[in-house]
Amino acid sequence: MSALVENSANHLADTGPVRLEVKDLSIQLTSGGAEVVGDVSFSVRAAELLGLVGESGSGKTTVALALLGHARRGLDISAGEIRLDGENILGLKAAELRQLRGAKVAYVPQDPSAALDPTLRIGFQLREALRVHPGSVGDVEERVAEMLRESRLDSTPEVLKRYPHQLSGGQQQRVTLAMAFACRPSLIVLDEPTTGLDVSTQRHVLETVRSLCRSYGVAAVYVSHDLAVVGGLVSQVAVMYAGRVVEIGPTEQVFGLPVHPYTRGLLAAVPSPKRAEVLTGIEGQPPRPGRKPKGCAFAPRCSYAVSNCFVERPVPVAIGDSYVRCMRARDIEKESHARRVTPPTALAGTGDAVLKLRGLDASYGRQRVLYDVDLDVHPESCTAIVGESGSGKTTLARCIVGLHSNWTGEITFKGNRLANGARHRQKAVLKQIQYIFQNPYTSLNPRKTIGQILSEPLEHFMRLPGDERKARVTRVLEDVSLGLDFLDRYPDQLSGGERQRVAIARAIVVEPDLLVCDEVTSALDVSVQAVTVEVLRRLQRERRLSMVFITHNLALVRSIAQTAVVLCEGRIVEVGPVEQVLEHPKDPYTIRLIEDVPRLAEVGSVPDTAPSPN
Amino acid sequence: MDVVAPRPVAVATPRVRRPWVHLLGAVVRTQRGALGLSLAGSVVLLAVIGPFVAPYSPNQSVTIDFAGPSAQYLLGSDQLGRDVLSRVLAGGWELLLMALASTAFGVLIGAAAGVSAAYLRGRVDGLIMRTVDVFLAFPQLVFALLLVSIIGPKIWLIIVAVGFTHAPAVARVLRSAALEISERDYVKSVELQGVRPAKVMSSEILPNLVSPLMVESGLRFTYSIVMMAGLAFLGFGLPPPSPNWGYMIQENRIGLSLNVWAVAVPVILIALLTIGINTFTDAVARVAIGVESRPEEGLIDDIGMDA
Amino acid sequence: MAADEVSVPVPAPWRDDHPIAVLIGVRAAVGVLTLFVVSIVVFLATEVLPGNAAYSVLGHTATPQSLKALEVQLHLNRGLFDQYWLWFSGILTGKLGSSLANGQAIWGQVAPRLVNSAVLVVGAGLIGTVVGVLLGAIAALRKDGWFDHVTSVMSLAVTSLPEFVVAIVLIILFATVVLHLLPAVSPVAPGTYAWSQPRLLVLPVATLVIVIIPYIQRMMRAAMIEALESDYVEMARLKGVPEWQIVLAHAFPNSIAPTIQVIGLSFLYLAGGIVIVEDVFNFPGIGQGLVNAVSDRDIPVIQFIVVVLATFYVFMNIVTDVIALLVSPRRRIAR
Repeated sequence: MSALVENSANHLADTGPVRLEVKDLSIQLTSGGAEVVGDVSFSVRAAELLGLVGESGSGKTTVALALLGHARRGLDISAGEIRLDGENILGLKAAELRQLRGAKVAYVPQDPSAALDPTLRIGFQLREALRVHPGSVGDVEERVAEMLRESRLDSTPEVLKRYPHQLSGGQQQRVTLAMAFACRPSLIVLDEPTTGLDVSTQRHVLETVRSLCRSYGVAAVYVSHDLAVVGGLVSQVAVMYAGRVVEIGPTEQVFGLPVHPYTRGLLAAVPSPKRAEVLTGIEGQPPRPGRKPKGCAFAPRCSYAVSNCFVERPVPVAIGDSYVRCMRARDIEKESHARRVTPPTALAGTGDAVLKLRGLDASYGRQRVLYDVDLDVHPESCTAIVGESGSGKTTLARCIVGLHSNWTGEITFKGNRLANGARHRQKAVLKQIQYIFQNPYTSLNPRKTIGQILSEPLEHFMRLPGDERKARVTRVLEDVSLGLDFLDRYPDQLSGGERQRVAIARAIVVEPDLLVCDEVTSALDVSVQAVTVEVLRRLQRERRLSMVFITHNLALVRSIAQTAVVLCEGRIVEVGPVEQVLEHPKDPYTIRLIEDVPRLAEVGSVPDTAPSPN
Repeated sequence: MDVVAPRPVAVATPRVRRPWVHLLGAVVRTQRGALGLSLAGSVVLLAVIGPFVAPYSPNQSVTIDFAGPSAQYLLGSDQLGRDVLSRVLAGGWELLLMALASTAFGVLIGAAAGVSAAYLRGRVDGLIMRTVDVFLAFPQLVFALLLVSIIGPKIWLIIVAVGFTHAPAVARVLRSAALEISERDYVKSVELQGVRPAKVMSSEILPNLVSPLMVESGLRFTYSIVMMAGLAFLGFGLPPPSPNWGYMIQENRIGLSLNVWAVAVPVILIALLTIGINTFTDAVARVAIGVESRPEEGLIDDIGMDA
Repeated sequence: MAADEVSVPVPAPWRDDHPIAVLIGVRAAVGVLTLFVVSIVVFLATEVLPGNAAYSVLGHTATPQSLKALEVQLHLNRGLFDQYWLWFSGILTGKLGSSLANGQAIWGQVAPRLVNSAVLVVGAGLIGTVVGVLLGAIAALRKDGWFDHVTSVMSLAVTSLPEFVVAIVLIILFATVVLHLLPAVSPVAPGTYAWSQPRLLVLPVATLVIVIIPYIQRMMRAAMIEALESDYVEMARLKGVPEWQIVLAHAFPNSIAPTIQVIGLSFLYLAGGIVIVEDVFNFPGIGQGLVNAVSDRDIPVIQFIVVVLATFYVFMNIVTDVIALLVSPRRRIAR
């Protein structure tokens, strides 16, 4: 433990002056005054990166925007100090604040396609970043060229003439990066900038960020929900829950030896490509502003909670180089950090493949998406189909199920050939193959109750008397760990994770043989993802289902599938048992894919997460 | 490290509700909604009860032309000496009923066309929308005018003609709303259950079109009234001596300086009715978008999503 | 690591590079087809007229011989198809024939009316657009302020009113009862042009302007608010761009696009709306011409005016779509 302390102390000692100091920051709702963010404090030095980590509702984006003195409509920064190079920006007048933004502190948005004005050319928007701060730059054109070079964008004049929609997601993000670094600010705030980017593009962008920060001595706050990405990039991490920082400290310590129960829970939910394990999520949801319980906000979901936790609000406790906001911090610290890794029981699928694809070619209009795909899915086993965006994996899933009919080739299910579209397939066949959509917010009809949504498939596929239907619906709700009180609720009263479980229930209520899951966890938080994956796994085992699991998350594959199929631009480049594909990949694309995946080191060990000189 | 899993608690208390009842309830509770409803409601009430409480027969000359208001004839008389008050009270229900009928007719056809075009796509879509384009190439009033002038001012014809002028616009609006819904995953999910297109449209898509339907119907109702009054105004409405408000405006224009009420009162009534309905549908549109609903709820969701 | 280069564009088909030309082409083709169908519908509709056209013209003075003669003159003795073809080709070649009501050449009668109505439509359209856009923009910038509330209420009130109500209210206010500034009717002498007596134009144009402003204003306001609350405006604010620059360079261009549709619709509406306005003010335009022709059962004039109006419709639709495309680069330029 002392070695760790020494290490981190040395690490901190050789960085520069403090650029950003946040003290007791509080943000509340304009109407009603309910607290959204409270008591937040941290500091960042020059050339240092701090990771601000949390799930939906944690308040991390709200804090990030506050660092520029900005609060979205309906929110007010109510208390605290934000000192940038010593000056408290919260006390500035509007005009002074405006001069600061872009020049001293800059923002990199989450969605560059929405953050760039669609009616203005890239050149205009780049120059705009410079023109509004005339004092800080010499020659505008020169600096623009420099900006493009640094962000590794082609610096030909053609680029400047383009409109945002003519660039790819990665290129758009580089433009916003260039805009942020243009005036050489003291602080950069990055708000989940690699969301939606491919793994390899993500890696480039992260490297660019790191090198620019180092070159110009810029301090950076990196907001993210992706622990693996953050772990490989930042030297300091602050974990947020329900508007407060629950744990803050050097990355090695927070991720390597987490103390706060939430941090622990979060890390236990992150899948690893190196190990097949049962993922443990955190049941329940974070409280909404204005509905926070007395005492610790995490207590209702915490397995370490004692009665005092529900009464008193915890204050930060120093543990090593970190601060942990938990009353039981010292007790928890002593507990073992070893994660109980339970390898999942593998199913022994016997017999002929239940689903066979031969020579499948699919297109969207004139655009070819799949080339000559051959695939076997064995009974009672899960086949994961992995690929990046544009690989054709979703199209593949839709062809199997009949939502996409523009394909040639052969799809055989239990020995019978399947027709191209669902409209031409018999009901008996449709019943046996069920599909779960990616987006839980659009896959349930907002005008129907959960009970109605779940009994519809029973009405359409089977002739059952009413009470038999009700019995099945009740049973399937229990199977996905949802209470009976959900029957009369409407989808907009449920959280994302709950909705996805309803979607799963809807799929299995007719007792299918094959389940096709299309990126079913991509829209969910990490802890919710873990719960959902476990539900799926348990159901697969209990009901002996065959499963096709589409995902872009390589790490997840390890925990749920037995066979892995890697898809690249419409072609299968690698197939095999999961361990083999992930440990000993043969295809260069697979190798590069695995390399580019950011990895979170093992909990409980001293990990290799210090930013590597690249 | 085992995590004890507490039972997941849903956020809000459950409430069973039907979509449009809930929507209407919310609308009436807003300022605009209440205002619109009371304005329109009063005029409708007047039109419905009017014929039973009119002091004189609306078609009988009782005094000199364009007499000013007096104790006996509260609003004076019109160009033929008939009591303006009685004519006003009697002249509304026909207009309203006809407007209602033509709106229903137009919205029904338009909705069926629009939803079918959106969901069935392909050739059906092309055919329907080209037909709509042709219809839209006529100015609405001119089209109605043409038909009425040709066949003559019959009630059913006016209703049908005005209804037909609504159908294309309604089809367009509902088509774009239905297009968005047809692409939603929950519709696809029902398709995967082998449900026939007609049933998909009626049970999945239509219930989700309640708010655009209501807004558009309200709008079309006001247009119906305006158009029918306009037709009457131009002399193509029902034949005299019908106390149609639009006709009253036209026939009493010459006596504007003598008895302004003969023109002003029907004008005011039509205005109040249309303002009321438009205010009400505006409130419906706002509630549907969630502007008037509790703003913190919307914001909390916002924070919940990407904070 | 390879730099993330902007990819070299693969030569795209001509179609993708010139979306505007393609759009005009497609729309024009559809437009021609539409006009064709419209002409057929009009023709058929007027032919359904009860009674014999020749008889309606001659009335009581008809004798079997004069009826026969007029029928031949009007080509009524030919088949339906022939009659249609004669008429249609007549329009295309400019031989429009003469009015049944007064025997004069149709073009000579209708042309000055056309010009007068054009003055109304263009004048009201331009004024209404400019005022509507400005009011909408200001309401959006001062959202929920007193200006916003006042214009919103007034908008809602006016938009509900039928045109003739607005016209009559204006007459009551400015011409007859309250003030006596302007003439209550605008009897521009037939044959002269409207701009020769501008005073006569004020009330009719004002009526039309008042009628179209609310819709334009509301759309502009909504579009502007959406732009001001968008991610790219937030980004610009976070870059330190001053508010006035944000409004002019970011918010305004992005809010014009949806408003263009509404402006186009308003011009279309004006084409139909002039019918009533011209009647109220006794203005010698094409709307009045149509109403008269319908009363007189003057079939060739009816047919001609309806076709003219339909042509205007199709033309405006095309222009609106083209302008909307020009204003949004995302649709104009393919990736």
